[in-house]
Amino acid sequence: METINLESIFEAKLAKNEMIEPKDWMPDNYRKHLIRQISQHAHSEIVGMLPEGNWITRAPSLRSKIVLLAKVQDEGGHGLYLYTAAESLGTSRDEMLDALHTGKAKYSSIFNYPTLTWADVAAIGWLVDGAAIMNQVMLQRSSYGPYSRAMIRICKEESFHQRQGYEAMTTMAFGSAEQKQMAQDALNRFWFPTLMMFGPPDSESPNSDNAVKWKIKRETNDELRQRFVNQTMPQIEYLGLQIPTNSNIKWNEERQQYDFSEPNWAEFKNVIHGNGPCNKERLKARNEAHKNGEWVREAATAYAKHQNEKNIAA
Amino acid sequence: MNHYKYILRLADNGLINSQRLTEWTGHGPFLEEDLALTNIALDILGRSKLLLEYAAKIDNTGKTEDTLAYHRGERDFFNTKLVEQPNGDYAQTIIKQVMVDYFDLLHYTELQKSKDETLAGIAAKSVKEITYHYRHTSNWVLRFGLGTEESNQRAQTALDELWRFSGELFYTDETEQWAIEQGIAVNVNLFKDKWTKTITSLFAEANLKLPENTFMQSGGKNGLHTEHLGYILAEMQSLARAFPMQKW
Repeated sequence: METINLESIFEAKLAKNEMIEPKDWMPDNYRKHLIRQISQHAHSEIVGMLPEGNWITRAPSLRSKIVLLAKVQDEGGHGLYLYTAAESLGTSRDEMLDALHTGKAKYSSIFNYPTLTWADVAAIGWLVDGAAIMNQVMLQRSSYGPYSRAMIRICKEESFHQRQGYEAMTTMAFGSAEQKQMAQDALNRFWFPTLMMFGPPDSESPNSDNAVKWKIKRETNDELRQRFVNQTMPQIEYLGLQIPTNSNIKWNEERQQYDFSEPNWAEFKNVIHGNGPCNKERLKARNEAHKNGEWVREAATAYAKHQNEKNIAA
Repeated sequence: MNHYKYILRLADNGLINSQRLTEWTGHGPFLEEDLALTNIALDILGRSKLLLEYAAKIDNTGKTEDTLAYHRGERDFFNTKLVEQPNGDYAQTIIKQVMVDYFDLLHYTELQKSKDETLAGIAAKSVKEITYHYRHTSNWVLRFGLGTEESNQRAQTALDELWRFSGELFYTDETEQWAIEQGIAVNVNLFKDKWTKTITSLFAEANLKLPENTFMQSGGKNGLHTEHLGYILAEMQSLARAFPMQKW
């Protein structure tokens, strides 16, 4: 009987758009769904430091180096808030990291693509952060309190990153012929991986239904993808770039929206299953950092323990 | 010329120091520490950018902070050899950084009194940051020295490797002498004893021993570097040099 009551309280809160807080009762599946989603999101931030971090030591001006370094640092900070939000649901950082390092946990597939030129860093800011914001703006109203609050903070910084990326893209698109070519190439390569970030088509999305019902997510993958294309196409035109190769973006007068080609979903599945161009490199980098840091963490723990013992003795 | 070279020495020390530190970004021993070290790198890089802007202005031949950072060769960089040393393991990074941080703390504290108002202003802004950097790195020296047997050994190996570069921090010549006489530069030898006393007692507290061989390397401040600097510049300057004269 009590379970039914708790469940109806939970449902009633959702119906009134009230937040669910860590100490509130929640269905197991809701909890599981959130742990999976938030920890994946945290992992994406941490793994996401790598492709952009790839250019920090080669950034072509001091200003761009500072901007990039601060951005990559912000991503680490986002990872930190999100791990904390996930911990409030009863999982631990070690468990989550273990899942990442063994390849059990997923992270955004976009970070399994390489950053081959400096323009890729700009394209990530413009397109990838742009797509991320579209997902995340909705998550600010997510029903789980700590997640929603983390997202409010993250969104502010992401919008800033997106503007910086677009600005860097603008500099290149209006720069020399070589820079414009570099910008076009980055747009071509990052377009479809960015569209994939919204997840599989609604007809094939296994986790979407519950997420929408529980108000963790408030729009479907396809709705968000369409919004992203509508928002981005005028920017491509402003930059004077060609539409990305094979994207077939075209205004549809009747729908009052852009039509566009779907990404190659077989490639998406392949990347998700570990066969993207950089999956192995990203996991290797995370595993190595963690392994090389082991003695450092042990030293910090041992030192803190000695200090405690000393304090107690005194 | 002396004024310009003096500022470049300060700027290059920061630029090369931060370039090395940023190699850790995304690869730190744990997330919080990754963020902290990146923050230190950002502060130092920001300071170096201000100094390079100022050096370009003093030079007055149309250079910018970026031409100075990206279009000078190995022999024209005037950083100390200490900051160009490889990161090694985290103990090596920390041992290097703690020596730099404490030196910078004393140095920039004094530099606030410079007759050169620009340098005094940059120093005033930097002292708060460096105070935090030194607190952070000196805490790690204690954690490593007194933490586990392994961490103590690693810190000891790092100290044995790096101590020979510490003397150059206090190297002075006519460039610096001139700037000291003008009231622009800090006479670093005024705080050499203080630095040595504090740093050696920190190492002693951490159960670390100074190496017996105390011969000190130098040359960096006059453009005679270790072989590492060439590779640092090759990486740092590659894109800027491939597309010279372009805006980014």
